[in-house]
Amino acid sequence: MEHYNMNLTLKVWKQKNSTAKGNFETYQVKDISSEMSFLEMFDVLNEQLITDGKDPIAFDHDCREGICGACSMYIDGRAHGPWSKNTTCQLHMRAFKDGDTIVVEPWRAAAFPVIKDLMVDRDAFDRIIQAGGYISVNTGNAVDANSLPIDKKDADTSFDAASCIGCGACVAACKNSSAMLFVSAKVSQLALLPQGEPEREARVLNMVAQMDKEGFGNCTNTYACEAECPKGISVTNIARMNREFLKAGLSTEQ
Amino acid sequence: MSLDSKIPAGEMDKKWTDYKGHVKLVNPSNKRKLEVIVVGTGLAGASAAASLGELGYKVKAFCFQDSPRRAHSIAAQGGINAAKNYQNDGDSVFRLFYDTVKGGDYRAREANVHRLAEVSNNIIDQCVAQGVPFAREYGGLLSNRSFGGTQVQRTFYAAGQTGQQLLLGAYSALERQVALGNVIMYNRHEMLDIVKIDGKARGIIARDLVNGTLERHFGHAVLLCTGGYGNVFYLSTNAMGSNVTAAWKAHKQGAWFGNPCFTQIHPTCIPVSGDHQSKLTLMSESLRNDGRIWVPKKKEDNRKGVDIPEEERDYYLERRYPAFGNLVPRDVASRAAKERCDEGYGVGTTKMAVYLDFADAIIRYGKIEAGKQGLENVSEADIIKMGKGVVEEKYGNLFEMYEKITGENPYEMPMRIYPAVHYTMGGLWVDYELKTTVDGLYALGEANFSDHGANRLGASALMQGLADGYFVIPYTLGNYLADDISTAAIPTSHPAFEEMEKAVSDRINQLMNIKGKQTVESFHKRLGKIMWDKCGMARNANNLQEAIVEIQALKKEFWSDVKIPGDVNEMNPELDKAGRVADFIELGELMCKDALNRNESCGGHFREESQTEEGEAKRDDENYSFVSAWEYKGESDWQLNKEPLTFDIVKPTQRSYK
Repeated sequence: MEHYNMNLTLKVWKQKNSTAKGNFETYQVKDISSEMSFLEMFDVLNEQLITDGKDPIAFDHDCREGICGACSMYIDGRAHGPWSKNTTCQLHMRAFKDGDTIVVEPWRAAAFPVIKDLMVDRDAFDRIIQAGGYISVNTGNAVDANSLPIDKKDADTSFDAASCIGCGACVAACKNSSAMLFVSAKVSQLALLPQGEPEREARVLNMVAQMDKEGFGNCTNTYACEAECPKGISVTNIARMNREFLKAGLSTEQ
Repeated sequence: MSLDSKIPAGEMDKKWTDYKGHVKLVNPSNKRKLEVIVVGTGLAGASAAASLGELGYKVKAFCFQDSPRRAHSIAAQGGINAAKNYQNDGDSVFRLFYDTVKGGDYRAREANVHRLAEVSNNIIDQCVAQGVPFAREYGGLLSNRSFGGTQVQRTFYAAGQTGQQLLLGAYSALERQVALGNVIMYNRHEMLDIVKIDGKARGIIARDLVNGTLERHFGHAVLLCTGGYGNVFYLSTNAMGSNVTAAWKAHKQGAWFGNPCFTQIHPTCIPVSGDHQSKLTLMSESLRNDGRIWVPKKKEDNRKGVDIPEEERDYYLERRYPAFGNLVPRDVASRAAKERCDEGYGVGTTKMAVYLDFADAIIRYGKIEAGKQGLENVSEADIIKMGKGVVEEKYGNLFEMYEKITGENPYEMPMRIYPAVHYTMGGLWVDYELKTTVDGLYALGEANFSDHGANRLGASALMQGLADGYFVIPYTLGNYLADDISTAAIPTSHPAFEEMEKAVSDRINQLMNIKGKQTVESFHKRLGKIMWDKCGMARNANNLQEAIVEIQALKKEFWSDVKIPGDVNEMNPELDKAGRVADFIELGELMCKDALNRNESCGGHFREESQTEEGEAKRDDENYSFVSAWEYKGESDWQLNKEPLTFDIVKPTQRSYK
């Protein structure tokens, strides 16, 4: 792959803490290699800022291989930037060209308050899982793993839903800041498996209730969540959750 | 103090059963009064916190990430071993035990490994019950695949995301206990020291990373589940935040460090592309099932890989190890790649890479596919097309990841790969009960040293993390806490907490007040370069002695010239990193010391002075059949203690893959 260097202008959201008022700051970065990852470009910028005695930009990141779900930048109007099915950490600079201006913001959602700069608080997701995103089985209670055959198709569909990394891009991409894709992925994973059956109804009701309590918006079927999901989680999960929710609502009212 | 590994008496396959049968118990009403601190929420920490919460202990769990679900166990790709023998191919607890001891090049403790093999089956049952969507066959039963160093199919997997699925299982169990009030979870908190009272671990000082506040937390016992320390090399496959700080603080407070120099360098990673590189990405070991590794026969050959004709390629693993070929264990494959590159046969712009080529596999699978479909007179182009389809089904996500990072299409041209630091077998020394040399302080998972000897087999890290957390600690911790039921919770106003908080705070202020000129990152890079060059894939006495001197100088420079921006009482990632790098520097020195002391080659530890005529690793069982347990005595001062290793069942032999 031919590589090239580029000079860029960055407009980055700076916000000292959750209560401070934020604003965009403009930075110039020079000689950025097309082989760098987007976060490595931020590393270069931060090294430069520290050396110049300025405040570096805070952002969440950890695994840098697209699986931990920590990184969360809203780049040029898209969650995780211009490449589809991709996390910020796997975005590489060959997506840009010399002279480009890149705008970088944090996830914007009432349920995800900014902690500092590009870092947001996603504890709401943990609380939604606490509301029912599990199967109640204490350690040591399990029967032999092969005592319960599961249709391969169901197992595969369950796995596809389970591959959600909990990054929150779906919320950031949605004009209503809805968390339906995240919640439905977990509901689907467990609803598709026989192990999830006993708690099926309570799970969907409790998780949806918690989602609403956290202040996430409603789903209006624009599918922006699926388009921006780095793991390609399908909106069919939302449809499945809606069915689960209706069924559960009906049966608990009897 | 002498080392007592507390291995139960009796036959190897009865030890754990006997132990469980006679271990002291804590009754449910007493469990409610006992508090346990769990640091780290990867596979070991999340499974331990969940299981202890279920038992009724009052648990506090800590992670530095914004959620326990992000711990780096999440990134494990390949799979998890268990001795289920679902494939009817001759597997058993004994075989898994045997393979693990042998794969570790006879530097692991037999009794621990046997227990690991025994509980491996329970792990799979537990995970399936939690809803972990493992790969399945059309009949609805679980699927298995092969992994390096074994002759059976015992690896359970969920595509190339097994670690993610297992961690999310443990995370969901943990969050369930949070919801039930049995576990209190502290996200974005970093443990900065252990608090000891009367010689026992009784709590921690943690820093809230959001606002910088120091907090005191009491526990009747403290569990460190804080992972490995591969980031001492700066570049590794570890997450950016993975660090040694918790284990290192424990070490400085009396927990001895076991085999610090045992590092696993994984052969198939995407090579470094330039100075900007921040981390390295693994390409799963499973790729070596179908990919062929080669370099050009001619030095400094600048042609593209695809333009080099077959007869001018050197498939050096197949040439050197005809019996195992491309499937030699990780340590052997890594050294062979380094040898070729050092001799000038490397490829790519940096010349520090070798090819991993799927062209043959594509044609082979294409022909099989054509046969399956009953097609005749198929053109080569069609065969290649069908073959690519099969390869995509098997390895699609890995190929995609490779292309994202390098911009090259591995279906069209061979992948470039090079070894990278991946896992550390060394860690805090623990006895059979996973207790360190500090009473009440335990280490689980990669943070301890116990099960993998000098080389870990693929798909065994996930197994060990979950074994320790789900099935070992719930028994062994009770044996300790049973004697502690009358100890009331100690208020954190106790002078020991006060003193330790002050010490932690002083250190942070000292770091902030250096106000030097060089960034934390630049020190970390320099440390990594020393470690990689002199304590990496090949080590010798001269280099190690030099490295020790260089690291001591680097430490001095760090403490007089590091530059940390921002304030203490705010989110300050540079300050967090500075504390971690300071600890890595000290650890680096100990690793070099340990590597220097161990004048033999074993597993991932290759001393150039100790090799066969063909350049293979040569173990020295007579002089080095022991665990090095280093005791911290003061700055740059350690005492070596030895735990002799005895092999009652698996008799040590020279490993050969020819």
